[in-house]
Amino acid sequence: MPPIKRTKFKLAPEQLLEMFYWLKLIRAFDMRLSVLVKQGKVRSGVYTGIGQEAIIVGTCFGLRKEDYICPLHRDLGSFLMKGVEPRVMMSQMFAKATGLSKGRDSALHSGVSELGIFGNTSMLGANLPVAAGLALTYKMEESDNVVIAYFGEGASNVGDFHEALNFAGVQQLPVIFICENNLYAYSVPIEKSMAIDDVAERAHGYGFDGVAINGNDVLAVYQATQGALARARSGGGPTLIECKTYRWHGHSEHDKAFYRTDEELAMWKSRDPIPTFTTYLHARHVLDDAQEKEINARVETTIDEAVDFAMNAADPDPGEAVTDLYA
Amino acid sequence: MPKELTYLEAIREALAEEMRRDGKVFVLGEDVGAYGGAFGATQGLHEEFGDMRVVDTPISESAIVGISIGAALRGYRPVAEMQFADFISCGFDQIVNQAATLRYRYGGRVTCPIVVRAPSGGGVSGGLYHSQNPEAWFVHRPGLKVVAPSDAYDAKGLLKAAIRDDNPVVYFEHKFLYRRAKGPVPEGDEIVPIGVAKTRRQGDDITLLTYGAMVTPSLEAADTMAKEGVEVEVIDLRTLMPFDKAAIFASVEKTSRALVVHEDVKTLGLGAELSAVIMEERFDLLDAPVLRVTYPDTHAPFAQALEQANLPNVAKILDALRRLAAY
Repeated sequence: MPPIKRTKFKLAPEQLLEMFYWLKLIRAFDMRLSVLVKQGKVRSGVYTGIGQEAIIVGTCFGLRKEDYICPLHRDLGSFLMKGVEPRVMMSQMFAKATGLSKGRDSALHSGVSELGIFGNTSMLGANLPVAAGLALTYKMEESDNVVIAYFGEGASNVGDFHEALNFAGVQQLPVIFICENNLYAYSVPIEKSMAIDDVAERAHGYGFDGVAINGNDVLAVYQATQGALARARSGGGPTLIECKTYRWHGHSEHDKAFYRTDEELAMWKSRDPIPTFTTYLHARHVLDDAQEKEINARVETTIDEAVDFAMNAADPDPGEAVTDLYA
Repeated sequence: MPKELTYLEAIREALAEEMRRDGKVFVLGEDVGAYGGAFGATQGLHEEFGDMRVVDTPISESAIVGISIGAALRGYRPVAEMQFADFISCGFDQIVNQAATLRYRYGGRVTCPIVVRAPSGGGVSGGLYHSQNPEAWFVHRPGLKVVAPSDAYDAKGLLKAAIRDDNPVVYFEHKFLYRRAKGPVPEGDEIVPIGVAKTRRQGDDITLLTYGAMVTPSLEAADTMAKEGVEVEVIDLRTLMPFDKAAIFASVEKTSRALVVHEDVKTLGLGAELSAVIMEERFDLLDAPVLRVTYPDTHAPFAQALEQANLPNVAKILDALRRLAAY
């Protein structure tokens, strides 16, 4: 697939503004969760993707409803982009009856089949064989829908990763594997968990292309994804896109992340995907100050409304602790 | 004279009939394609249904189950073959964490209609890794159903029921019975319902609860006891989860004595649960402790003399029945 031309897939100004909105909304959603968990209002299960938003926005932007996504734990924003209302996602984090899993679990542990969202377990990489199964059905139906499956560089060491990619390669499935390489698997740095530089290399062992790109550049992510989507939709099989990035917070909000240096964090914060994109939009006269203000206000209102809704929503009925086990 | 099939042929017929009835049913696993399966359970299916409905997979048990789950989420009814039940541990996470929890954490909004076929059991000099009876692991995990047919009729009828069930079902087919058990099978649309035990022999004195390959020696022991004036009621559980409590209690209410016979090891095997349930809910009726005849808490050895020493048999069952009768 490489090289991917940044300009190959054109975006209209309103699409660029929409991307900007999503970047801001997803950042704000996670930032608010971070505060809420420190205030004790959200009890746990907060694994923010702050700093990694360009990956979600660049990969989910423009997907069809029928395209399936299999997110990882930092990808709550992908649920929003695929159509889950912010108030429902926030309810999920507050363990309320109005959440996707009705309080049974939080975050990504539930999905919405009608919107093409799979909810994974806590077993990293366990979503990848499921993604292969979803993609197998698209192949059976000779449909041109595609599955996008997300994983961290840490999960690329799990057996499920290799089993899923191998099967996808053998069957030439319409699936895109998105690696969010944020350099740390909880506390373990990448050099202690793999002996290669790029997770993208692993794709070659399974007979398809792997590319490593700047995961903090939303347009680069978008372009790479569009290339891989075109390939998958036309029967060209899987692609692995490794997005190099960094998470600003610890593994979870309870992790102080003392295993990395302030300098390293500062360096990556200087590569914040949002200001980079904002500057680009201003320079291209796609975004002006008034529009930026309006978008920021819309984001704040949306998050406020979602939090209000979730905080005031009903707790699950204790009787529901044992229901929904069998169909 | 109705046609008679072996247990193995009955499995094959159930698969073929369900695949003809419902285009969403497909099989996947190692060597299930043109080869027809390690034991021949899928013989002829590839020829009839082709590559996309009889899917040969790499040696990837976890992916086999995960792919099944992905397909099930899109409305398919996959039947996954574990070549040996012993290998199911390689797919354990996808079964117990992914499939079993899916409906619960989705707030009841999805079903997961997968069947995992697991050729289990000893008596065939299979050694440590081709003889196991791991059914209790799955009985212990909420969200799964577990069945274990003992004859050709149930092998076919229960497999059809499992395929039509909207829950994940682990189907234990006993290798010792593949070619030894032969008999009539359900015709047409008839199934054997999950959750319903079958009384194989009526008796008023002792209740014997068993399943799978232990049904035959249990019946033989019961016949011997009849000559000694003790009538044993032999109940073939057929479904291990949810087991047929009503049938068990109805029998114990009549006999006041119960024996559990299974090939799985003793500690925390199904017998432990059955004994506990009888004790908890029918203690007043009991004239004797609930006894168990099981495999000892050890592995399945290769040497015939060793394996036969471990396997429950008629003599061991008779010994337990006589002890119970003496109370």
